[in-house]
Amino acid sequence: MLVNNKKMSDVVEATSHPMPIKGRSQWQDAMRRFKRNKAALISVFVLVAMIIISFVGPTFSQWDYETIDWSLIGNAAEMGAPQIENGHFFGTDDLGRDMFSRVMQGTQISLMVGIIGTVVAVLVGVLYGAISGYFGGRIDNIMMRFVDILMSIPYMFILIILFVMFGRSVYILFIGLGLFSWMDMARIVRGQTLTLKHKEFIEAAVAAGVGDFKIIVRHIVPNLLGIVVVYTSLMIPNLILLESFISFLGLGIQEPLTSWGALISDGAKTIQYGTLWQLAFPLGFFITGLFCFFFIGDGLRDAFDPKDR
Amino acid sequence: MFSFIIRRSLSSIPTILILIVISFALMRLAPGSPFSTDRGLPPEVLANLEAKYGLNLPWFEQLFIYLKGIIIDFDFGPSFKYKDRSVNDILAQGFPVTLTYGIWSFVVAVAVGIPLGIAAAVRHNTKLDYAAVGFSIGAQVLPNFVMAPILVIIFTLWLNWLPGGGWNGGQWQYVIMPVIALSTSYMASIARITRSSMLEVLHANFIRTARAKGLPMRSIILRHALKPALLPVVSYLGPAFVYMITGSVIIDIYFSTGGMGQFFVDAALNRDYSLLMGVTIVFGVMTIVFNTLVDITYAWLDPKIRL
Repeated sequence: MLVNNKKMSDVVEATSHPMPIKGRSQWQDAMRRFKRNKAALISVFVLVAMIIISFVGPTFSQWDYETIDWSLIGNAAEMGAPQIENGHFFGTDDLGRDMFSRVMQGTQISLMVGIIGTVVAVLVGVLYGAISGYFGGRIDNIMMRFVDILMSIPYMFILIILFVMFGRSVYILFIGLGLFSWMDMARIVRGQTLTLKHKEFIEAAVAAGVGDFKIIVRHIVPNLLGIVVVYTSLMIPNLILLESFISFLGLGIQEPLTSWGALISDGAKTIQYGTLWQLAFPLGFFITGLFCFFFIGDGLRDAFDPKDR
Repeated sequence: MFSFIIRRSLSSIPTILILIVISFALMRLAPGSPFSTDRGLPPEVLANLEAKYGLNLPWFEQLFIYLKGIIIDFDFGPSFKYKDRSVNDILAQGFPVTLTYGIWSFVVAVAVGIPLGIAAAVRHNTKLDYAAVGFSIGAQVLPNFVMAPILVIIFTLWLNWLPGGGWNGGQWQYVIMPVIALSTSYMASIARITRSSMLEVLHANFIRTARAKGLPMRSIILRHALKPALLPVVSYLGPAFVYMITGSVIIDIYFSTGGMGQFFVDAALNRDYSLLMGVTIVFGVMTIVFNTLVDITYAWLDPKIRL
């Protein structure tokens, strides 16, 4: 009896002070699935390494990205090849500027354009889509019709016209690219909002007298974050591609600043002189960087939406 | 179906008008005159020039004249920089070139991409499938401005098979590289979308029924699976067309083909507003017309849309 009593009291003890059960949030689940994806995980490390190198690398070089090495000028094709002795690790460009520093500089700018442009696009797209989906009806109709119109215009041309008009500063590039890429995000967010807004917790918030704007910001948007994260990670490489496209035409970033697209363009113009390194190094960074972003994006999509595989 | 086509076509007209008004407004807002040079013109000369091109009129009158010119006479006005040529002349010179390799690229991307995607889905998890997936992942990072120099290195500098640029009246050697450079990444996207939607359709219940009835695989795919599997591909064709049109600018610049892209970039650098507007509007109208065709095709494939 005594033993049994002991057992009983143990059970009572154990159940009356229940251990807090650890729930797993959607984010923890997603992180676990993401970590199992080898390609995505390796991409994260490569990308972080690339970012660190692009900021730390230039301090190890004796040349900066705009100084011309006068001892090589006019003879870059023969003497500008990559070598350790004169400090041009990646060789020099056509004008005798150090390619290593320029590639680092270009990497910084391209990544920055991708990330800042995406932030602008995500902010606009999420708010626009959430508002359109939440209010529905005629407002939704008008707002989505407007998106349709914007999407059926070859906006690259309008964007280039804007650059011509307002001058070509880096900030215009950041904001311009972002402002022309939010439409897809707005559509996706609107679709999700339409399914969310009839859920009970939104009804509860409405019944409790919470204002429309507060419901959108506090209750709708946080529930959209999973899908927003996935599309954001896929948007960054696309914006980098867009910026490279414009810079390749010579209409984007301005000298002496540079970006992957501008470097590839310069390298591509001189290949007939046999200066392959001027194309190969920027192209290598460009391809590696884009691959990393695409793999991370795919990994995040699989992690947040396993049924979509 | 007929009434859907009429309705869809009518609804593209306001889009075209909005496009024209937007590009007109941008030009009006642009700071500086197209005639301002480094040396600076005397004010009387400038006033005369502006009067010649109608720039001294109020903006709504200019817009009206411009719209009337386009709609009634299909006239985009004179070029501001090339004094003796009208925008129409320049369009007539550059447009056929762009259209030639543009249509070829589109045809190649669709004609290779869709069968590749179908084959990969039907032979799921075989070597063919892996090769197709590898190609479509790899081509994501090979946009036209990367493909173009790589192709020139291989086929012009190393193998010496093809000319590295020029157009030469559209002789086939001059068309091959622009078409490959422009179509590769879209071909890959089309193959990837076709493969994943085909895989999904092949796992659907109605396909299992068809197989249970003992239909041969060939007719299952062609008669039952293809139509629903192509829906996502068709809706991708609209954006792909827009990307190709913008990509043609790169091709024109890199291969010096003398198409519209060259004129567009020159006009952007020269602030030749009337030419910029002309190119933008022609490309925009093409996009809108193409999107209308895509929507009609979509409705033909998916009867649920025709409401």
